[in-house]
Parts: sequence; structure tokens; C-alpha cells
Amino acid sequence: MARYIFSRVGQALLVLWAAFTISFVLLQAMPGDAVLIKFQNPEYGLNAVQIAEIRAAYDADGSVVLQYVHTIGNFLTGDFGYSLQAGVAVSAQLAANLPSTIRLAGLAFAAAALLAVIIAVLSNLPGLGRLRSFIQSLPSLFVSIPTFWLGIMLIQIFSFRLRLVPVINPGEWEGLILPVLTIALPVSAPMAQILLRNIDEVLTRPFVSVARAKGASHTFVLWRHVAKNALLPVLTVAGVLFGELLAGAVITETVFGLNGIGSLAEQAVNFQDVAVLQAIVVISAAAFVTINLAVDLLYPVLDPRLKAKLGGVA
Amino acid sequence: MTVSLGGRLEGSVLPSPVLDISGLRISYLDQNGPRTAVHGIDFSVFPGEVVALVGESGSGKSSTAQAIIGLLPENGRLESGNIRLNRLEIAGWSQKRLDGIRGSVISLVPQDPGNSLNPVRTIGKQVAEILVIHGKASGAAADARAIELLERVGLNQPALRAKQYPHELSGGMKQRVLIAIAIALKPSLIIADEPTSALDVTVQKHILDLIDELRREFGTAVLLVTHDLGVAADRADRLIVLKQGRIQEQGPTTNILTNPQSAYTHRLLADAPSLNVRQRRVAAVAKAEHGKAGDDIIVVEGLVQDFGRGGKDKGLRALDNVSFRVRRGTTHALVGESGSGKTTTIRSVAAFQKPTAGKVIVDGLDLSAPPRETLRLLRKKIQLVYQNPFGSLDPRQTIAGIVEEPLLNFEPIARAKRAEIVASTIEKVGLPLDVLQRRPHALSGGQRQRVAIARALVLNPQILILDEAVSALDVTVQAQILSLLDTLQRDLGLTYLFVSHDLAVVRQISDTVSVLNGGKIVESGVVEDVFEHPQSAYTRELIDAIPGKKHPLHASRSTLTNSGNI
Repeated sequence: MARYIFSRVGQALLVLWAAFTISFVLLQAMPGDAVLIKFQNPEYGLNAVQIAEIRAAYDADGSVVLQYVHTIGNFLTGDFGYSLQAGVAVSAQLAANLPSTIRLAGLAFAAAALLAVIIAVLSNLPGLGRLRSFIQSLPSLFVSIPTFWLGIMLIQIFSFRLRLVPVINPGEWEGLILPVLTIALPVSAPMAQILLRNIDEVLTRPFVSVARAKGASHTFVLWRHVAKNALLPVLTVAGVLFGELLAGAVITETVFGLNGIGSLAEQAVNFQDVAVLQAIVVISAAAFVTINLAVDLLYPVLDPRLKAKLGGVA
Repeated sequence: MTVSLGGRLEGSVLPSPVLDISGLRISYLDQNGPRTAVHGIDFSVFPGEVVALVGESGSGKSSTAQAIIGLLPENGRLESGNIRLNRLEIAGWSQKRLDGIRGSVISLVPQDPGNSLNPVRTIGKQVAEILVIHGKASGAAADARAIELLERVGLNQPALRAKQYPHELSGGMKQRVLIAIAIALKPSLIIADEPTSALDVTVQKHILDLIDELRREFGTAVLLVTHDLGVAADRADRLIVLKQGRIQEQGPTTNILTNPQSAYTHRLLADAPSLNVRQRRVAAVAKAEHGKAGDDIIVVEGLVQDFGRGGKDKGLRALDNVSFRVRRGTTHALVGESGSGKTTTIRSVAAFQKPTAGKVIVDGLDLSAPPRETLRLLRKKIQLVYQNPFGSLDPRQTIAGIVEEPLLNFEPIARAKRAEIVASTIEKVGLPLDVLQRRPHALSGGQRQRVAIARALVLNPQILILDEAVSALDVTVQAQILSLLDTLQRDLGLTYLFVSHDLAVVRQISDTVSVLNGGKIVESGVVEDVFEHPQSAYTRELIDAIPGKKHPLHASRSTLTNSGNI
């Protein structure tokens, strides 16, 4: 077991390092840099020599290897550098924007999971007839809706037509309703699909017949025997979907004009603010890796078969 | 044994049956519309009696059992007929109403213990559940009762077992757990649906003994669904022989075995290996001795096979000093229970793995340190036929494509010549040429196994490794395939390495046999010698466990063969 945890944490660190390195290389490979973009602006009225001095001050001239070592050292000590555009520490920007994104992503993820379970429960209610196949087709519908379009449509319908949710100066939580829905719908779809398929598959297993032969009702069997077996594979997918959630947040924050990591990333891209981008990539990768690590570590707790296998290794 | 039905009939008052079926019709809805699987059958089961429903696949025996307990698959439908349980008509009952009697009045011992327990719940909870569902006990009382039940079905350390998960128990132990569940509420009828077909033969005997013992203790009637006539002959008071959804005949076991009325039952009895010690086509002893001495096509000497992760991990010794020889043109059987090393042995002979130590020589080729070219030569000499004819054929290829494929891996042959070879091979295995353009799903299990044999034969090998090659087939089909193998051996001079857990089949087809236990050969020799005069305790136990011993004809026939051999 200890060996398992150790190897999984090691893998997670490796992924983080790779994400950092690849993003560093890609960002370095881009033509121009943030210093040029900011100070070449004629309004500053700087000449080439002055710009070169500023570049040297920002350490934008040093060798790539040196910069790499420098940056990775700084990251390890929690120093993400300075945003050229805003002129403040990147860590301060992250501190300002991270909580709202975490809140959005967290709520969206919870909503997605809830939606998936609701779809699964609804489609397994007895006596549904035709309605069942309609409910079962919902996930395919959800998964094919693009996030930006969904956001705009939700604003159109609920804010402008029905006037249910204000878009201009909404309350703190009220303003989250539509963005959360926008992200949750497409994320819930794969979860619901896998859950539905798993439930159908688990229902055909012999142990379900055995449970029915004990006199257990269909509902009892669903909750006591099928649910846990069907949920296990969903857990793996949930980890991967979390990445999609982060991508969804960038678009959704832009569409709804929310502050957060997404809008920060959008600005940083516009201005080639390398330090900010680098920090966002690493933060996203860290979030992704942490969630998947948590899933990996949770699995043996939930599935006794895995625990036995790992116990054998340790 | 309980009082036989015959005895009861002579009594003045006939007790009312536990189960009374009349005019039962079951149909399934598939792509081609409704298809009737059971065509109006009638039978009864009396208190304390064991009735066996026997038949081959497609006979409707499992459908009948499922219909009785109200658990037909979703596309199955009870068309008409009556199911009376203790004189109560339950045929039209809703699932909700049936929940009240399932588990308490009628219970189930399922076919596949490996998949019949929920993998993520503890054994104890799954046993206690039946008490909770029917409101007989709850909480700690239910858990305590579960442990008592586990003890009753012969599990050691029942308190520990209750806390374990299914994967921590062996197949036989799991089946005991399932039996504990089935008897928990002392039902009047237990439906045992192929309760031992997934288990090793010695475990099978113990499980059937347990069911017998509990049945007697509680006076429960048992409806035993089985394809194995040997099991039915040993355990049932009465037999019901089903074929394609119709009852061929039913009556007391002894009557049917000694004096079958229908032609179908006749054939079934004749084809069941466990009920027959057939005269071999060539007496094995003679054949084994007539083969040229020293002409051994397979020589395995001191074979050791370790599996492990390396490092300080000790790993597992799967084979320990295994040695045997197979004379050209004969059949050597490897028998043993699961985990005994049969499969590991054939994988070494087929050079799928490198031996840890020891020698494997196949037709003069030393496989201990095989250069690449030796391996290629070997692939032409030795071919495999697997157990599952449904899984071993690519469903998207035509039969012609499947059989042709091995030819493409060696030196190029012109297309027309290939087609000719494929056609002649298909004829050799007794299939009509029009199967060539079909795909596996359009063929029956027996036909598919013929295709698998054809694929193995197309390279003109000298050795066929038959890995449980007839185990998944119905007895009548099994008999046909065995006789095909026999013919092919004689015509083509093939050598067979026959791996099976079914000793009755082994006795029928092989010349020599090696008995494996825990990776070691405990006994080997000419089949008749090993079966008639087993030297090791393990072999004796294996042979004793073969069902069909109580068949009244068995004893007499067996003596006949004995005297024939002398």
C-alpha cells in the first residue's frame, strides 16, 4: 500500500514537472515577449536601447537554460514572478482570482455529478416506457452543446426573455447560477452516459439475479448492489473531466464577464504575459494532478479487490 | 436417500406437490420476433424430492427454472401455463408480490459462484441481507445468524469469512456461501441451476453432498437443473429430459437410465462420457506399445516454471520438475484441477514461454534455448485448439478467412492453391463447403469448434494441443467432436496433447495420462492402468469424484470393460 501511494505521488510530481517544462519551452518559443509587447507601445516613447535595458532588468535576455533553472527554482519556493501587464506579483493575482474560479468549478462539478445521478435515477424508475429512452438520450444532447453557445443561450433565455436571473449587477450567488449550469451540462453528460451504461451492465450480472432471488425489490437491488459497482468506473472519468471543467471555466468566465483564473488567462494570452501564463499552466496542472491522485488513492478504499492486490504488493 | 417417488406412489395418500407446473410456455423476443423456448411442459416436484431437469443448451431447462422463480431475462415472457407453489398459483404474480416468496419459500443456488456475489460487499452482509429483507432479523442479530449459517455450510473460520469479500474466497467456498443464503429461511423449494458446472470435480462432489445433506435436514425439495447426466443420475430421484422446450420423458431416475423410452434419451445416455466406459477404438495399451519405442514426439524433462516479479519477491513455482513423454500418433492427457499447472505445461510445450529450468523437446527441436528459426518451424508442427469456440474465432472474418489465415504467415502460396487447401481442410472436419462464406455467428457451437480444428489443421501440423477443446460443448456434440478427433488422428497420424478437467472424457479419448496437482505430476501412465489402479491418493480422490457412479448400468459395464481388457 505504501509503495502504491509512493509511486502514485511520484507520478503526479513527474506530470507536474513535465507540464512546467513543456509550457516553459512553448512560451519561450513564441516570437517576441511581454517586455516587447508592453514597452514597444509608442505611447511610452522608449528607444531600442532603453527597451534593451528594461529587458535586461526583467532577465528576459539571459540564456534559456538559465531562465529555466531560475524560474523552476522560484516556483519551488512559491515565487511566481511579476505580471508585466499589471505590474503586481503573479501570486497576488492568483490569490485574487483563484477563489472565485475554485468556487465556480467546484459548484459546477457538484452540479454535474448531481445532474448525472438524477438522470441515472430517473431513467431507472419503473414504468417509464417511452420517457426512459428520452431521458437516456439527454447525455448525448448535452455533450454535443458547445459551452460558449450554451452560455449565450442561457443568458438570452433566462435573463433577457424570462428575466429570471439578472445579468447586470447580479447578487454574488445569483450571478453564479447560469455560469455553473453552462459548465455543468456538458461535464455531466459523459458521467451520466457512463453511469447509465454501467447500471445496465451491472444489472445483467449474476449477483443481481441472486439478490432478486433473495426477495430483494428492484429498487433495493439498485441502491444496495448496483449503485456502488456502477459508480466506481465513473470515478476515473470524473478525474479526467475535471480538466474539461478548467477549460470550460476559461470560456464561461469570458462569456459571463466573471473574474477568475479563466479571465486572467485570457488577458495574459492577449499580452503574452509569460509569467502569468506559466503560473496558470502549473496551477491547472497541479489541480488536475491532485484530483486524479485523489481518485487513485480513493479507489482501493472503495474497491476491496484493489486493496487486496495492493496489500499483496506491500 | 429419501423415500423414492415410487415408494410414495404406493402409499395411500399422495402428498400435494411443492411445485406443480402445467402447460408452461415461455417465449423470447429477439430481432426476428418472438421465439418460443418452452412449449407447454408439465411436471411436479414433491416435498423433500430431488428432481433433475436435464437437457442440452437450448432445451429450455434454465428458462423453466428462471420462470418459476420469476426471473426471466427482460426479453423473456411467460406466455401461458400454471406455476403452483404449495398449491398457490404464482404464474401471474407481479414482481412485487413475488419478492415476498423469493428467498423464503423458493430460493436459488446459481450457476456461476464466481460472479454471483457482489464484489464490493462483505460475505456476512450478503448472507444477512436475506434475513433483513424478509424481516426475520436485523442488525447484530442478522450478522450473528449469518455467521451461524456460514458455519452450517462447512466454512472454516466463519466469523472471519463474514468479514471477507468474495474475491478472497475460492469458487467452492463462494458456492457454499450461496447455499447458506439459499437455505437461510428454510424454503420449501431450492432451484439449483447448474450449481457445480463451474467447479472442479472434487469440489463439485462436496457441494452436491452438502446440498443433499441440507435438503434432508430441512426436508426441502430440490429442482436440479443440469446438463450433466452423471450428476443427475447420482443425485436425483426423478429425471425430466428436455429437448428444445419439450419434455422427452420423465420418471424415476433408475427407470430412465435403465430403460429410456425416447430415442433422444437413448442418444443422450450413450453420449454422456461419465455414464459410459466405452470400448476404445484401439485398445490404448496395445497402441501405446505398438508405437515405435523411442519415437517420442514430445519429451518434457524436469520442467520448472516460475512466475514472479523478480527481485526479492519469491514468486510462484507453477511447475515443479514435470516430466512426461508422448509417443507419436497417440493422445496424452494432462488432467488436474484449476491451478494444477495444466495450462502452464502446454504453454511451455507450445513455446509461449521460456522454461525456468528443464528441457522441452518437440519432434527433435529443443525449445529450451530456441533460435528464431526453430520457433517458426515449431509453429508449423504444433497447433492449438481452445476451449471457447465463441471467443476464439474473429466474429468479423468469414470462415474461409479464419481457416486461411495461418497459411499467410509462412512461405507464400498462390491464392487458388490456398482456397483449395482451405476447402479440403473444411471437408476433413466434416463441414459443408457452404460455411466458407459465412461468419462465426451463423454457426452452432459444435460447428465453430470444427472450424477451430480446421484452422489448426490447415498447416498440416503433427501435434494438436487440445485445451479443454470439448468442455464447453453439449454431450451429443461433444461425442461428435471426439469421434472427429479420433478419425483425424487415425487418418493423419496426429499426436494430441489433451488438456481437460473432465476425467470421463479423458478416459474415453486418451492413451496415456499425467495427473497434475499443485504443479507436480503425481501419477502418469497408460489410461486404463491409472483409472483402474490409481496409485496416488489424489488420483483416487479425483476418480471417485467423477459423477455417474450410481448409474445402475455403470457398475456392470465397467466390469465388462475390465474383463475385456484382461
